Amino acid sequence: MKLTKLLATAAVALGLASTAMADDKTKVGFVFVGPVGDGGWTYEHNKGRLAVEEKFGDKVETVFVESVPEGPDAERVMTQMALDGADLIFTTSFGYMDPTINVAKKFPKVKFEHATGYKQAPNVSVYSARFYEGRAVQGHIAGQMTKSNVIGYIGSYPIPEVIRGINSAFVHARAVNPDVQFKIIWAYTWFDPAKEADAAKVLIEQGADVILQHTDSTAPQAAAQAAGNVVTFGQASDMSEYAPFPRVSSIIDDWAPYYIARTQAVMDGSWESANTWHGIGDGMVGIGEISDAVPAEIKASALQLKAKLASGEYHAFTGPLNKQDGSAWLADGETADDGTLAGMGFYVEGLEGDVPQ
Amino acid sequence: MIVLEKRPQPSRAWSLMTPVVAVVITMIAGGLLFAALGKNPAEAIGTIFWEPLFGEYAFFYRPQLLVKGAPLVLIAIGLSLGFRAGIWNIGAEGQYIVGAICGAGAGLAFYPMESVFIFPLMVLAGALGGWCWAMIPALLKVKFGTNEILVSLMLVYVAEQLLASVSLGLLKNPQGFGFPGSRNLQSYESAFNAELIEGSGMHWGVVAAFIAVILSYVLLNKHILGFNIRLTGEAPRAARFGGVNPTRLILFCLGMSGMLAGLAGMFEASGPAGQISIDFNVGYGFTAIIVAFLGRLHPVGILLAGLLMALTYIGGEIAQSNLGLPAAAIQVFQGMLLFFLLALDLLTNFRIRFAAKGAA
Repeated sequence: MKLTKLLATAAVALGLASTAMADDKTKVGFVFVGPVGDGGWTYEHNKGRLAVEEKFGDKVETVFVESVPEGPDAERVMTQMALDGADLIFTTSFGYMDPTINVAKKFPKVKFEHATGYKQAPNVSVYSARFYEGRAVQGHIAGQMTKSNVIGYIGSYPIPEVIRGINSAFVHARAVNPDVQFKIIWAYTWFDPAKEADAAKVLIEQGADVILQHTDSTAPQAAAQAAGNVVTFGQASDMSEYAPFPRVSSIIDDWAPYYIARTQAVMDGSWESANTWHGIGDGMVGIGEISDAVPAEIKASALQLKAKLASGEYHAFTGPLNKQDGSAWLADGETADDGTLAGMGFYVEGLEGDVPQ
Repeated sequence: MIVLEKRPQPSRAWSLMTPVVAVVITMIAGGLLFAALGKNPAEAIGTIFWEPLFGEYAFFYRPQLLVKGAPLVLIAIGLSLGFRAGIWNIGAEGQYIVGAICGAGAGLAFYPMESVFIFPLMVLAGALGGWCWAMIPALLKVKFGTNEILVSLMLVYVAEQLLASVSLGLLKNPQGFGFPGSRNLQSYESAFNAELIEGSGMHWGVVAAFIAVILSYVLLNKHILGFNIRLTGEAPRAARFGGVNPTRLILFCLGMSGMLAGLAGMFEASGPAGQISIDFNVGYGFTAIIVAFLGRLHPVGILLAGLLMALTYIGGEIAQSNLGLPAAAIQVFQGMLLFFLLALDLLTNFRIRFAAKGAA
């Protein structure tokens, strides 16, 4: 059993070596969870892929497979890319974490980059963006734009990344408007236009006049447009087709600089396993243009907040902050550490409802 | 003028021929589609059907055919029993999910204890979970005459919510930093449905699929229950006069298909997937309906159809990566297969006549 395993692994590794040397182009593979035309998450990752192609031209070849389900299918797709001689493979969804680790073990010479996960290996890096910094700017604008003081929030899944976003938006909305309330609906999907539209409509019926979304489709934008007086923000992608109103700004995931840098590192032979968590300052999180529907002074203060987040002068989670149950979390002036943020499973004080368990 | 004339007997020859003809027509129509997308159609079709079987890396893809095909065959065998008797379980996806939850849950309940009894217990739990989920539409049908198509389908969405709930709560990995999803069973030896021979793709789910094919063949051809199933589907009135108990048949067919779907889910969760997560289900329960019909509801046919379907998935991924075909084109290609099969089914029951004008 042990021996056959060894042999199988060796055969796979050899198969790889022979093809990888066959040409000197650097081959970069991308595994996408949605279609490249989703207008949100996968769309932005694919833009990063195109940027790599544009930057390196003939020196690079990129391949991708879209709408790959998380699990054994992803494992097969990654193996197939590695067999076909990929030097670097980006796996762009949290659910690809264990498959990435499994395949990376079989192909020690291929470099892997897994988005939004936490398992690293000598040939597996992890990377993610500090979207919560963008949420801070969003909350700052949303808190001042609402007239009903009810902000609706469409959550995808109650995972740390999403909970972080809710907390950050809420903290900054409360900072500018002490009366603001958040109503949160969990859609239990990343991309399902029908469900997202329903969630938006329910929130609007409950009095929300600002909708924040952590799901990837433009359906909530369309629902807000239909309602007429509801403000929204683009998610993952600019969603500028709904600007200047209802979409007044957006959080844009900009993976291009990172993808270019990592591809360059593979070319130079300087690639090393790393844990990257970049924010506004490094350009991984972009704030889409704040439209004229936002009053000038709000826009100015929002841009100022963005600049302070970018320079590191201000942290989005700065005390004093309490947890929802009233217990102390951060003392005055204290900032949250990355460990706590990475596994965040609690609401901050003032939010209503429970994190679904 | 073309006239359709009903055959006195369904044509046996056409019944066997249609899947083959459907595959050929799909290749032609698919080729046109790929050509319209600016790809070389021969290369695209070749990549999808040839590459996984005989290409450079066939040593990797051939076992993957078993891994991808096994759950499809296992579920489709169960569905075919009911479909033959006119009992329509459309909710195998839900039974698959519940089987996986119960199976994985049974294993995780004992973590980190190691014992040879854990895996068999998980198999039982998975089968029982799928069976119970299918019993809901079954009991509602026999007690209140509800439509099993609607009830079983609706229960898929209930099962998906259940899956999200346990991934975030009950079965969440306590060492997962708050992320959803259970522990990975691949690193829990007693619960891991590993390959029986390394590199062969053969895990217990594949074995179970082969056993199901054989048992279903025996049941349908040698056993009175199988005869009753076929009779009910082909001549319901005769079956009733012949003393077939419809209630028992409904409970058996739905229960059996639920059980097999539950087993498929359990083998998948404990083997290739390794964990329960929010997006664990990828549509095997629905694809299996296509597989069942593509295989003419016949056990051997289903086995071949399951492998063919797996081939289009795996070949489709290679075509995406190597030729840059969009995923949607592959899905259209797979959809064509069922479309042409159903369209050609007409020829099994009707013959085409070219009649003189006015004669009809």
